[in-house]
Amino acid sequence: MPASLESTAAVPAPSRRSRFLRTLARAAAVPGRDPFAIVGLTIYLVFLLVALFADHLASRDPLEILFQANGRLARNLPPSSDFLLGTTHLGRDIYSQLIYGTRAALIVGVTAAIAVMIIGTLVGLVSGYFGGWIDSLLMRLADIALSIPFLPFVIVLTAFLRPSTWNIVLAVAILLWPNTARVIRSQVLTVRERAYVEAARVTGAGNGRILFVHVAPNILPLSFLYGSIAIGWAILTEASVSFLGFGDPDVVSWGYMLQDAFVSQALSRGSYHWFVPPGICIVLVVVAGFFVSRGYEEVLFPKLRD
Amino acid sequence: MLAGRHPVLHAVDGVDLTIRKGETVGLLGESGCGKTTTGRLILRLEEPTTGTIRFDGTDIVGLKGPALRAFRRRAQLVFQNPFDALNPRFTILRALAEPLVNAGIDRAEHRARIERALSRVHLPGLDRIAERFPHQLSGGQLQRIVLARALVLEPEFLVADEPVSMLDVSVRAGVLNVMREVRDAMGLAAVYISHDLALVRYVCERTLVMYLGRVVEDGPTEAVVRDPQHPYSRALVKAVPVPHVDQSHDPLPIIGSVPDARDPPSGCRFRDRCPSAVARCAEESPALREIAPGRRAACHLI
Repeated sequence: MPASLESTAAVPAPSRRSRFLRTLARAAAVPGRDPFAIVGLTIYLVFLLVALFADHLASRDPLEILFQANGRLARNLPPSSDFLLGTTHLGRDIYSQLIYGTRAALIVGVTAAIAVMIIGTLVGLVSGYFGGWIDSLLMRLADIALSIPFLPFVIVLTAFLRPSTWNIVLAVAILLWPNTARVIRSQVLTVRERAYVEAARVTGAGNGRILFVHVAPNILPLSFLYGSIAIGWAILTEASVSFLGFGDPDVVSWGYMLQDAFVSQALSRGSYHWFVPPGICIVLVVVAGFFVSRGYEEVLFPKLRD
Repeated sequence: MLAGRHPVLHAVDGVDLTIRKGETVGLLGESGCGKTTTGRLILRLEEPTTGTIRFDGTDIVGLKGPALRAFRRRAQLVFQNPFDALNPRFTILRALAEPLVNAGIDRAEHRARIERALSRVHLPGLDRIAERFPHQLSGGQLQRIVLARALVLEPEFLVADEPVSMLDVSVRAGVLNVMREVRDAMGLAAVYISHDLALVRYVCERTLVMYLGRVVEDGPTEAVVRDPQHPYSRALVKAVPVPHVDQSHDPLPIIGSVPDARDPPSGCRFRDRCPSAVARCAEESPALREIAPGRRAACHLI
């Protein structure tokens, strides 16, 4: 023996499921080493908690029309201890709208991100691994999807389907998967040529096993990177679409709040307490997404640090 | 629209070889001569455009599904670069169990089989390395693990592609000795792919010399090394450095470098570098023919 091995305690073989969860957890924990990413993750965490406990945090129903003690409509009130952020011109509680808007934003953001991750990762894996006409077909589809302009597409989609937040999820999924797929594909192209992939083949592993057991774990952090970007994009898109008036009229979101403030001329009345908070929230979530992706990038491509 | 026109490169062309049970054959040649492609073809990692490859009587070209998996159990590969041949995310135990999982062998048998393979390559007990990752082991240990992985399925045939070229010189002999022991103990047939004449001489009974996708000489290793017949083999043997510091080296009998494989010379592929080429060499490609019992060469002048 060229070198002696010091003995290590035998660890019981982990089960298949826990191994998968560990891989996922490792991929998700990647950005934890970057200060920017920690800030981003903290912002996400705060918004996530707000969304989860919206029912307890919000003092009123966001669409309820409120009245003052003297029986008059509680419209355009400034912030007070009763209405933390004041009320809208229809007498609705802005603070409660902001809290419920967080929930709407996160539902859109997270589902869109998951959809983008799943579609983009699968397409990238299949395209890069199999190559040939499958690759050509999928990449030409990606080119087409990339050439579609974002907001007009969502508006057209709203015209064909009923106005709903799911349109936005659908549109983000349809238009954003190509970015993920292309990057994953290029990564698969390099992993595919590694000798251990060949080794798996020569010992009899099938394509499915090679793809999901040997190749996929190596590109998972990239999926998360593009997923975190998609969260911000989806929330931003939802806000834009709602602001333009094509959003779901029954869902209170930050974009809905901005649109409501805009049409009731809150700016000219100086009701900053109405439209500034949702604006700040949108900025924070989008910025958090880019901070997290920055963390992934630095860990995935260490050369960026120089 | 999508597919451009690519020049056709015949990496391997007209290779005709037979490996008998339990025989160790060396494929010798410089880089780009097609020896690795030949090895990959034999293991069905590459599909030949034409020709047949028979393993124990059955043509393995076009094998699919269970038949291909059955073949995979019987023929294995040892990789050149042990640092790349093991999945960095797999523990050693998982890496060694991979062939068994793929072959559908009962989990209860895994441990015993892995222990047996590890003892064959002289690695300490499984418990000490099971939960380690490849980057925690040395090159020599990794190459033994790569070899052990090839052995857990108890194959009958092994292809070793430059098995020690990535290792430190100090551990090469150890790995080669292990491979020799394994071959003798298991009665393996093996193909060693190498550019290193000394390695081939050390482990192989028979040697095939390749040049630009063709076999140019075939014979018992000692005979080929001591009395090479083909002009290229002669140059190859002569190029081996002699361990005398101040001894000046005779100039090699050949000049230039290997021509572009996309556009090989007409006739004999070696003729533009051959010191004794004649007019016939440009017109007619020499066949690999018997020149003495058990020896073949592809040259008009022999």
